[in-house]
Amino acid sequence: MLRYILIATLALISPGMVASPAHAQTGSPQQPASATNQNAAPAPRRDISGTWDPGNGGIQPLGPRNMPEDGKLEHQLPYTPLGLETLNAHKPSNGVRSVLPGETNDPVVYCDPQGMPREDLYELRTTQIIQTPLKVFVLYEFGKIWRVVWTDGRDLPKEPEPRWFGYSIGKWEDDYTFVVQTSGTDERTWVDRAGRPHSADLRVEEKFHRLDHDTLELTVTINDPKMYTKPWVALDKLPFKLQPPKFDVREMMCSPSEFAEYNKIIGNPASGKGAQ
Amino acid sequence: MRRKLIAVFLGVFTVCVPLFAHHGAAAYDTSKKLALKGIVTEWFWANPHCFLRFDVKDDKGNVAHWAAETSNPSDMVNLGWSKQSFKPGDEVTVTVEPVKNGLPIGRIEQVVLANGQILKARVVF
Repeated sequence: MLRYILIATLALISPGMVASPAHAQTGSPQQPASATNQNAAPAPRRDISGTWDPGNGGIQPLGPRNMPEDGKLEHQLPYTPLGLETLNAHKPSNGVRSVLPGETNDPVVYCDPQGMPREDLYELRTTQIIQTPLKVFVLYEFGKIWRVVWTDGRDLPKEPEPRWFGYSIGKWEDDYTFVVQTSGTDERTWVDRAGRPHSADLRVEEKFHRLDHDTLELTVTINDPKMYTKPWVALDKLPFKLQPPKFDVREMMCSPSEFAEYNKIIGNPASGKGAQ
Repeated sequence: MRRKLIAVFLGVFTVCVPLFAHHGAAAYDTSKKLALKGIVTEWFWANPHCFLRFDVKDDKGNVAHWAAETSNPSDMVNLGWSKQSFKPGDEVTVTVEPVKNGLPIGRIEQVVLANGQILKARVVF
């Protein structure tokens, strides 16, 4: 029995070795093994700039890492009646309510922008943060999207025109914690891959906490009284690892022509829609 | 000792569980695995998913035109794949989970090249 277990273990290790990255010019991101790094230098004061990678924890195919739609009671969100009705109109291709690829109405599948907060809650990959005196730029790998977080002391707009990524303002809560508030997001976007809804009243809080020189943690809280009876935490201290300064972030874009080809060859026939 | 080895075994198994994702699994019969020997006709390196098209000939000489998907290029590069991994005419053995509706479509678990090199495509959706 023991010999069998050893052989089986080696068999499982081997494919991993075969599958090791060939290391293209960009290399692969160094992923966070854990939130704490005892050898890391202390965090610099009021600085979250850099190229950060959340590892596979950022992909979140079933919904946010801390609140996936996996059928578990503890992940059931506090929907209002409108929230539940809107949720049921959304047809995701992941999670316990998933439909066939050709039947989804997920706007991101059709190359609409993810918007906020979904950019944090689905396909969150290598993320670059640039700080300037008046604003912070956040550059995302997925969709090659950038956002502006104003730090010039302004308030959020009172009656904003909706935007895919809304309006964001940021303040330092302490020397190592940068808190971003976002409002004015476009109602067409979904909160996550699982199709959780939001209204125009959505407020998103992102808390970026620099734990040490090499580690940044992100906590995201959703507050939308039209859709949810109370705020809920979508991400709780998701760790990012600082990448080398010369790390070259890959491109990950939604291309309508590539998507059409995918659907023609795979998505539609797999869903019983048309032949190959 | 026995308990320790079992713990190591389970630990390794957990690490090997697929880690990336995009589209769902609803179309696929995840209980089935098919190993298909064929000839590459196209390698489509694109988002949202790459896919490999290849022809498989049965004992009677009938040819089935297969198409099987992987994850996106960014994930596949991390697993050692590239746009140059295949070219038309390459002989490959592709292990797939087929779709439920019986068409020659699947998602790739691994590809063995003619030189014996194995390309793993750990997928979960």
